[in-house]
Amino acid sequence: MAAFDEMDGGQGPDACRAAYGKLKRWLATTPRDVFDARRSQAELFFRRIGITFAVYGDAETTERLIPFDIIPRVITRDEWGRVEAGLTQRVKALNLFLADLYGPQTALAAGIVPPELILRNEHYRLEMQGVAVPHGIYCHIAGIDLVRVDEDTFYVLEDNARTPSGVSYMLENREVMMRLFPELFAQHRVAPVENYPDALLATLRSVAPNTGKKDPTVALLTPGQYNSAYYEHSFLADQLGVELVEASDLVVREDRVYMRTTEGPKRVDVLYRRIDDDFLDPLAFRPDSVLGVPGLFGAYQAGNITLANAVGTGIADDKAVYTYMPEIIRFFLGEEPILKNVPTWRCRDEEALKYVLDHLSELVVKEVNGSGGYGMLVGPHATKEQLETFRRKLKHDPSGFIAQPTLALSTCPTFVASGVAPRHVDLRPFVLSGADGVRVVPGGLTRVALKEGSLVVNSSQGGGTKDTWVLDG
Amino acid sequence: MLSRTANSLFWLFRYTERADFIARILDATVRLAALPTSYGERNEWESALEAAGSAEIFREHYGAVTEDTVRDFLAFSPHNPSSIRSCLERARTNARAVRTALTLEMWETINGAWLELKKYRNADMSREDFARFLEWVKSVSLDFDGSAYRTMLRNDAYYFTRLGVSIERADNTARILDVKYHVLLPPTERVGGSLDYFQWTTILREVQAHTAYHWVYRESVKPWLVADLLILNKQMPRSLACCYESLVRHLDLVADLYGRRGPAQRHASDCAARLSAMRIEEVFGRGLHQWVTEFIIDNNKLGSAIADQYLT
Repeated sequence: MAAFDEMDGGQGPDACRAAYGKLKRWLATTPRDVFDARRSQAELFFRRIGITFAVYGDAETTERLIPFDIIPRVITRDEWGRVEAGLTQRVKALNLFLADLYGPQTALAAGIVPPELILRNEHYRLEMQGVAVPHGIYCHIAGIDLVRVDEDTFYVLEDNARTPSGVSYMLENREVMMRLFPELFAQHRVAPVENYPDALLATLRSVAPNTGKKDPTVALLTPGQYNSAYYEHSFLADQLGVELVEASDLVVREDRVYMRTTEGPKRVDVLYRRIDDDFLDPLAFRPDSVLGVPGLFGAYQAGNITLANAVGTGIADDKAVYTYMPEIIRFFLGEEPILKNVPTWRCRDEEALKYVLDHLSELVVKEVNGSGGYGMLVGPHATKEQLETFRRKLKHDPSGFIAQPTLALSTCPTFVASGVAPRHVDLRPFVLSGADGVRVVPGGLTRVALKEGSLVVNSSQGGGTKDTWVLDG
Repeated sequence: MLSRTANSLFWLFRYTERADFIARILDATVRLAALPTSYGERNEWESALEAAGSAEIFREHYGAVTEDTVRDFLAFSPHNPSSIRSCLERARTNARAVRTALTLEMWETINGAWLELKKYRNADMSREDFARFLEWVKSVSLDFDGSAYRTMLRNDAYYFTRLGVSIERADNTARILDVKYHVLLPPTERVGGSLDYFQWTTILREVQAHTAYHWVYRESVKPWLVADLLILNKQMPRSLACCYESLVRHLDLVADLYGRRGPAQRHASDCAARLSAMRIEEVFGRGLHQWVTEFIIDNNKLGSAIADQYLT
């Protein structure tokens, strides 16, 4: 299966799409040792600023660098325009859908989504039914994973509507590229991403509870420095200019949330929380959670604090619900989806299950509740045993799985041991929804599968990242 | 600011200051131990343990007190919470917990040191390597404190870092004075003899006060003048009087900012006033060791008062 290469357009190594013209010349004319020097400078930069992530279950190295590729990925302004419109549309629909699910449930009544798929779903939060969230917005920060398959088509691979991570890499990748290759930026008109923190802060402030307070206090709640995304939490708090709090820094009194400060308790209005629903409040959810704040959910129900994202958004990024997104967009917005879903078989349907079992070696099978590339079968690369294991799993619990064709993810030129070679990529743009509208910063996080032929871009499985350039003109 | 942030900043600076202090003790001990044995049997390595305040933990993990075991324990042992390695690791853990309260320069210094630290192992270190290692530790503390001084906003975060440095340094200066007490003079040596002189001079060198001593007193090294310099002289940045001047100043700045004074402010100014009014004869009248021991206890009480008032 030939993948679409974003530099040569699938027309062979001598061809070049217009947007990549200058970059291709640069790759051809720059001596190899210059690239090697720049790569080690980039690595030094990332190591020194401490941008690391933890791999769960890996006791040896608790902190690791995600490999960074110095060749940027290019998207034209026209292409981006369509993507941005599609993302805005999709996230608007997601928010309307969530408000409806936890409110009147008209979409269920109209048969748009099967009620049992929602009401029996572990991500559906009964506690949220009838809770009025500030400004009716649930998913303030979404990370929508896209894959490109040809000149014109971006598919949505999944919606991350809980606590999507990776935006710090988008920002730091740009920072390091501007330090290392100022001459490339002089030749290209690259749309800036540096305003993301400002946009995020504006979004968070816009959704503060209506208490009449002019200057709402925002804080970022982290599980702490042993969390895999801790670097990102501290980086964002710094960029936003807000306190980075752990559960032990917060206290709830009379349904109001306060931080413990050197000057005594200080009221918090908006909490950008990077802790899963389950761990937020031991009184409301998992009683064994030591990461949570007792009473936080009570304060939330009382309308005294905004949580971003809202509790219960997991129902919208459930992989089974994902398959209904086209219908959801049509129902709530009366529009055709601009960005398509990857064609998907819902294994809960008997016919689909039969097809999936018959074509297992051609398909990608995903657990409905899995994330990070764990619990996934890539049919064409699987061993016989892996196929059999998944066959048994599918028969045992069909509704726990979806299947998709093995997509020919587009490739981009990437530095590997043998030189510059095409590697598969995806794209995670970040979409912000506030009381004052939707904001999308041009670009996002491009993840690249560094192993030849590999389609798995997750950092926990050997993926790397690239800077993503949206080019004007 | 968050109490936890203030607490981490306070300890971050205590640990980097302490790493520097342990490096200086080790340096001093190597120098003292290098004296020819014709001066008699001595116990510099034992005294280094005593001065570091960690002799008890040492005995739990090591047998004989030798250059090798003490070096390992004070510089590298994970069992010793005040070993140089533990100090730099804890400093980095605290730094990481308050990453957003640090400037990039500060973070790069402490994180860089933590990465570099992994390269050093006691096992394959010659005396020369070890001396270079100690120089490196001192330069880390210097770089770190310097980067804070040059780049931090002068707000409450900065004040808490100064409180951490000053309270740790007061403790350390008191302990280094005590080293002399623990280095027992061999019976054949008289007080004021050449060995005695060498020991006091070494202490001065280790706190970078040798030249200052001559500028201030214009005399040969005498024990009570060394003590005067390190305890009462406000011009001497390591002296207890100078540390307490800094503690009072920064606690007052915090109190002004928050509009409230508390037990920590009172405790610090009482102690500073006592130091101001004191003469060195009183210290020796009481016995230097006795006086230093009481000072260390009182200094710890101020640490607790600061913690109660701001850090929890």
